Amino acid sequence: MLEQDGEVVKDARRAASIGPEVFSSYSSSAMSEAVVPDTMVSPAVSSLYGEKTGGPAVDFSYVGIDAILEQMRRKAMKQGFELNIMVVGQSGLGKSTLMNTLFKSKVSRKSVMATAQEKIPKTIEIKSISHDIEEKGVRMKLTVIDTPGFGDQINNENCWQPIMKFINDQYEAYLQEEININRKKRIPDSRVHCCIYFIPPTGHCLRPLDVEFMRRLSKVVNIVPVIAKADTLTLEERDFFKKKIREELRANGIDVYPQKEFDEDAEDRMINEKIREMIPFAVVGSDQEYQVNGRRLLGRKTKWGTIEVENIAHCEFAYLRDLLIRTHMQNIKDITSSIHYEMYRVRRLNENNTAVAHANGIPEHHLAAHEM
Amino acid sequence: MASTEIARQAGEGARAVPLSGHVGFDSMPDQLVNKSVNHGFCFNILCVGETGLGKSTLMDTLFNTKFEGEPTQHNQPGVTLKSNTYELQESNVRLKLTVVNTVGFGDQINKEDSYKSIVEFIDAQFEAYLQEELKIKRTLHSYHDTRIHACLYFIAPTGHSLKSLDLVTMKKLDSKVNIIPIVAKSDAISKSELAKFKIKITSELVSNGVQIYQFPTDDESVAEINSTMNSHLPFAVVGSTEEVKIGNKMVKARQYPWGTVQVENENHCDFVKLREMLIRVNMEDLREQTHTRHYELYRRCKLEEMGFKDTDPDSKPFSLQETYEAKRNEFMGELQKKEEEMRQMFVQRVKEKEAELKEAEKELHEKFDRLKKLHQDEKKKLEDKKKTLDDELNTFKQKKTAAELLHNQAQQAGGSTTLKRDKERKN
Repeated sequence: MLEQDGEVVKDARRAASIGPEVFSSYSSSAMSEAVVPDTMVSPAVSSLYGEKTGGPAVDFSYVGIDAILEQMRRKAMKQGFELNIMVVGQSGLGKSTLMNTLFKSKVSRKSVMATAQEKIPKTIEIKSISHDIEEKGVRMKLTVIDTPGFGDQINNENCWQPIMKFINDQYEAYLQEEININRKKRIPDSRVHCCIYFIPPTGHCLRPLDVEFMRRLSKVVNIVPVIAKADTLTLEERDFFKKKIREELRANGIDVYPQKEFDEDAEDRMINEKIREMIPFAVVGSDQEYQVNGRRLLGRKTKWGTIEVENIAHCEFAYLRDLLIRTHMQNIKDITSSIHYEMYRVRRLNENNTAVAHANGIPEHHLAAHEM
Repeated sequence: MASTEIARQAGEGARAVPLSGHVGFDSMPDQLVNKSVNHGFCFNILCVGETGLGKSTLMDTLFNTKFEGEPTQHNQPGVTLKSNTYELQESNVRLKLTVVNTVGFGDQINKEDSYKSIVEFIDAQFEAYLQEELKIKRTLHSYHDTRIHACLYFIAPTGHSLKSLDLVTMKKLDSKVNIIPIVAKSDAISKSELAKFKIKITSELVSNGVQIYQFPTDDESVAEINSTMNSHLPFAVVGSTEEVKIGNKMVKARQYPWGTVQVENENHCDFVKLREMLIRVNMEDLREQTHTRHYELYRRCKLEEMGFKDTDPDSKPFSLQETYEAKRNEFMGELQKKEEEMRQMFVQRVKEKEAELKEAEKELHEKFDRLKKLHQDEKKKLEDKKKTLDDELNTFKQKKTAAELLHNQAQQAGGSTTLKRDKERKN
């Protein structure tokens, strides 16, 4: 399936090679500063007379470089992880339920606020809630950002603006902390890593609002589109709908996660192509358990049957969960920090530079010459 | 239009919620490790110590390879730093290891400035990273980190105490890099002397306020072993890449007529402890300390030195980047001005010199002309004289020939007379 092999770190001591192999080396001399690389020295591959005894390999030829993986793992477990997910979609599409289903606990705003208020707000609000969750020793600070009021007005022009502003504000906050002189050891990361966009299950095509929103936001954040309440579509309708959506996304030049241009190597591309052929995922959310075939499963019970949320024959929730959480979470965070955030930073620093340049009378090309 | 209401509920003190099933984010550490494995790691070690303490050999022994082909030339006047980068791979982990050696440390007669080139080198690496971080278009993600993560300080095995050069150097380096002191060539000291030596060293370090690297004891899984090792500092090591047959195994050892020192025998030396601490347990912590403590300190000092202050919330942000650029421009401007001035002065001087030279040339020409004229005059005079002399000579010759002729004639005429006279005389 989509699940990559989680068992990465094998016990290297069992499979100790004959010492580390030296692949290449280049030497340089320095008086005090700049290091000038010389020509490549031919590698000297060590060949110790390692006795390959039948039992566990002897320690003496094993350096232990791969122990760093274990060290990293320890450090990560101690520090914990952060994840910020934003859910965007019209009211009534099951956003809160889906969040609860994804994280198997009451993480959505509605569950936290014990209010009976179900009023649709007159303007778009942005509400975020943080939770500390822990699983098998791994601690995670999960922040769910809700956007009630999106797409619910009669006139929905520019409804993406407050959302874009919020996302940019988070980038700004991070940037501010990063350029401080006295800065914290770990800069608190409130940047939106992933934005799940809920498409109503009309079965036809994307609405103009959907296209407009996704077009603008796919440039600043990772967007994962999902078809909400997919239990109202039959399988054929679902496939047709998905194909139509994919075509429209392509026609409008919208690059949703996983983005084609950020594929690093052939292996990545292969995995991501498979995912790209399946988006948008048709999901059903539920936080209630029912008895099915002697097992307690999450599902929705109707008169004509029970929809099992985690059954891939029924809906694609499992794929979404695997993508977001089990396999690509780190990748999502990396793309946010090394691509989206960097783009924001470049833009921001450039616009400031030009402002200052005009103020100081320094000709612009002087400054431009200094930036790589 | 639309307005936003950003309400952070339970922001800082996030609620802890229990999970009712397996979500799957316990694979996060694996994902992180996977990404790092794909990316590769880098580790930079600096070896500081006097010539001949076995720095290169110890590196070879630690990483089980022969790094350099030829030993370094020790004929430079000051302290130079020679850095080599190697790519090692063990199972699926790729490590870019950089080993920096100090060549000529402690060789000088006046060692006051020995530490300077080391400090400059370390600062240069920090500076390079800072520059990259301050760039507008940056690639921190794929930047080859050259900052020194660990500094192995080699102490000569005298058995007495630390040399003042060691103390001074370590004091200068302790705020810039993680220092791990080791006693080199420790097979030269006996066990009892070694214990005393170690105590002396640690007490001297403490009394001089030198902060050496302490292995971290906050993580339970490694706290115990780290705190034990902390008490064994400085490690007494022996390095060797030669192998000797002991029993039925080949081990790395140094063979003497009186016995064999086995490198990996914990009774003989602390090499195994060093390897354990440096590589197998704390490599990641060393890298982290370098980044979060030493580099941050450097960055703070450097930025404050350039005149930046942390801005308050309403004032303009990014004064860092743009003021940095503006200051750099200012600096460049000044530099350029100075350069111009120097150039002008140079041109001026050249002109003056040219004029001078022309003067001198002119004078010389004149002198030459004068001399020539003089010479010509003299020559003329001489020629005149010669002419006169020639004339006289000619006249003389003429006279002579005339006289001779007369004489001959007279002789002929008088010859008979003389004959007659001679005859008369005879008679």
